[in-house]
Amino acid sequence: MERLLQQIINGISLGSIYALIALGYTMVYGIIKLINFAHSDIYMLGAFIGYFSMTTLKLGFIPSLLLSMVFCTIIGVVIEKVAYKPLRHATRIAVLITAIGVSLFLEYTTMAIAGANVRSYPPLTGILTKSFMLGNINISMLQILILGITIILMILLQFIVKKTRIGKAMRAVSLDSDAAELMGINVNTTISFTFALGSALAGAAGIMVGIYYNSINPLMGMLPGIKAFIAAVFGGIGIIPGAMIGGYFIGIVEVLVSGYSNSLYRDGVVFAILILVLIIKPTGLLGKNSREKV
Amino acid sequence: MKKLFEINWIKTLVSLILTFVIIQLLISLNIINSYLQSTLAAICINIILAVSLNLITGFTGQFSLGHAGFMSIGAYVCALITLRIPTIPGFILGVFAGAVTAAVIGVIVGLPTLRLRGDYLAIATLGMAEIIRIIFLNMDKITNGAAGLQDIPQFTNWAWLFLYTAGTILIISNFIKSSHGRACISIREDEIAAEAMGVNSTRYKVTAFTIGAFFAGIAGALYASTFNFIDPKIFGFSKSIDILVVVVLGGLGSISGSIIAAILLGIITTYLQAFANIQMILYSLALIIIMIFRPQGLMGSKELSLSIFNRLGNSYKSKKGRV
Repeated sequence: MERLLQQIINGISLGSIYALIALGYTMVYGIIKLINFAHSDIYMLGAFIGYFSMTTLKLGFIPSLLLSMVFCTIIGVVIEKVAYKPLRHATRIAVLITAIGVSLFLEYTTMAIAGANVRSYPPLTGILTKSFMLGNINISMLQILILGITIILMILLQFIVKKTRIGKAMRAVSLDSDAAELMGINVNTTISFTFALGSALAGAAGIMVGIYYNSINPLMGMLPGIKAFIAAVFGGIGIIPGAMIGGYFIGIVEVLVSGYSNSLYRDGVVFAILILVLIIKPTGLLGKNSREKV
Repeated sequence: MKKLFEINWIKTLVSLILTFVIIQLLISLNIINSYLQSTLAAICINIILAVSLNLITGFTGQFSLGHAGFMSIGAYVCALITLRIPTIPGFILGVFAGAVTAAVIGVIVGLPTLRLRGDYLAIATLGMAEIIRIIFLNMDKITNGAAGLQDIPQFTNWAWLFLYTAGTILIISNFIKSSHGRACISIREDEIAAEAMGVNSTRYKVTAFTIGAFFAGIAGALYASTFNFIDPKIFGFSKSIDILVVVVLGGLGSISGSIIAAILLGIITTYLQAFANIQMILYSLALIIIMIFRPQGLMGSKELSLSIFNRLGNSYKSKKGRV
């Protein structure tokens, strides 16, 4: 029982990271129906920017987090303007191939600049190194910090999407972009804003993975990216609370599988869950069935 | 009408024999050295993969991201058989067994997942390919796990590669011209309308998927036999993406497009080897730029055929006539 609880606590930390990445996927998919493969590399860039800010600039964790979020926002918006905007009316597969191109570009440019070797984050200092026991369960300050930041960011996101004008525009565009345009909503600005929000969350996830797992490399985004997308599909793609639930679910399942059986099967189980979800309820946990119309 | 068909058939046969003889000559004259021969093999394998994926994605409109999974099945089955029977009949058996196994898995995977549409199908096939890869990774006793299979006997040469590549192209292009192929195209154009016209869409989608898987299995078997070494990493997600890139670059729904794109990409990659550190950056930039300026791919959905020379000749004649 204690072991189970301990695994679940570890799973929640991993799940927080998946949830943050999944939010970016789900928002972008909701608004322009694109699996943004480059999203996982924005998360990787977030980890690298955090690394340089903590080592070269010698900033603390919170300033580094903000710096990395700001940079990722800028990169996300630039990618959208340069690569995806010219293809607004092209076929979806063309946009998808472009997204793959952008993803490869980010990975290998980072590799050319920073080197292919694995880097480790600077050791933590102060209160972050502490951990305490709750009964027999070990909880580190770091895990609390990750969960705390994730929850704050999610509340902020919910506030932006539900209560602000631009959030209302986002919901309108994802429902029907033509109608939204007729109502006077600037669709391009709204799409850019969606990319900005998603990229900022991915940047936060990147730096938190850096301090939690302590190792980063230019190709680190690939697998977490796919899993975060699975999390988004699990919860119902395009639905923000669905991505959060999916992220935590995938994180906990993954930690439980590697805790109780062969860790090599970890990824296999995640993909098997994906296929089961798709076959049983393709619209995801929170998705609504829409009827097919001619 | 029958006569025309025969003329076309002879034209195809002649051009195939010419291609084979010219390249065979270049190989015997050592103009295509052993390094370029491996490029040639990679191009042939990529053509088989791209044409078979084009049948699934380009003609039937089913977006698959799991082609590398079927390729890996063909590669492992062929490698395991030729390691035990290192003779030519063993190789033929290996290629055939690999392709059939891939096709069987194609049916098993296709039946449940092909109910899905668009991106959902893409992500499901991606997951399926990853599961296949993870199974190979964990069957240490048979597949040697992450270390992979080494010293696979090499049987492929230009003649074998040509035979399989030309065979794949001929079978798939004839399939597309058949009534089954037209049913597949009607599903791509509008699935609901096709069903209303009496096309059993599930059956044709699974058929296309199975044929695609069969030829991907052949490509995998040839890969194993050409490069002597396979491990699960080779057949990951990025391999599926590579195949899809060839298909989209050539043009969805254009077989000659796939062939041209595979040849072009093969040559470009060989020459980019000199700039190994920025090779992938250039490749990704080229991908983005081509997609922005020509999103329908090099050929669109048109085919390049010998009749283009006739048409050019006719227009030249008519111009001359006017003067």
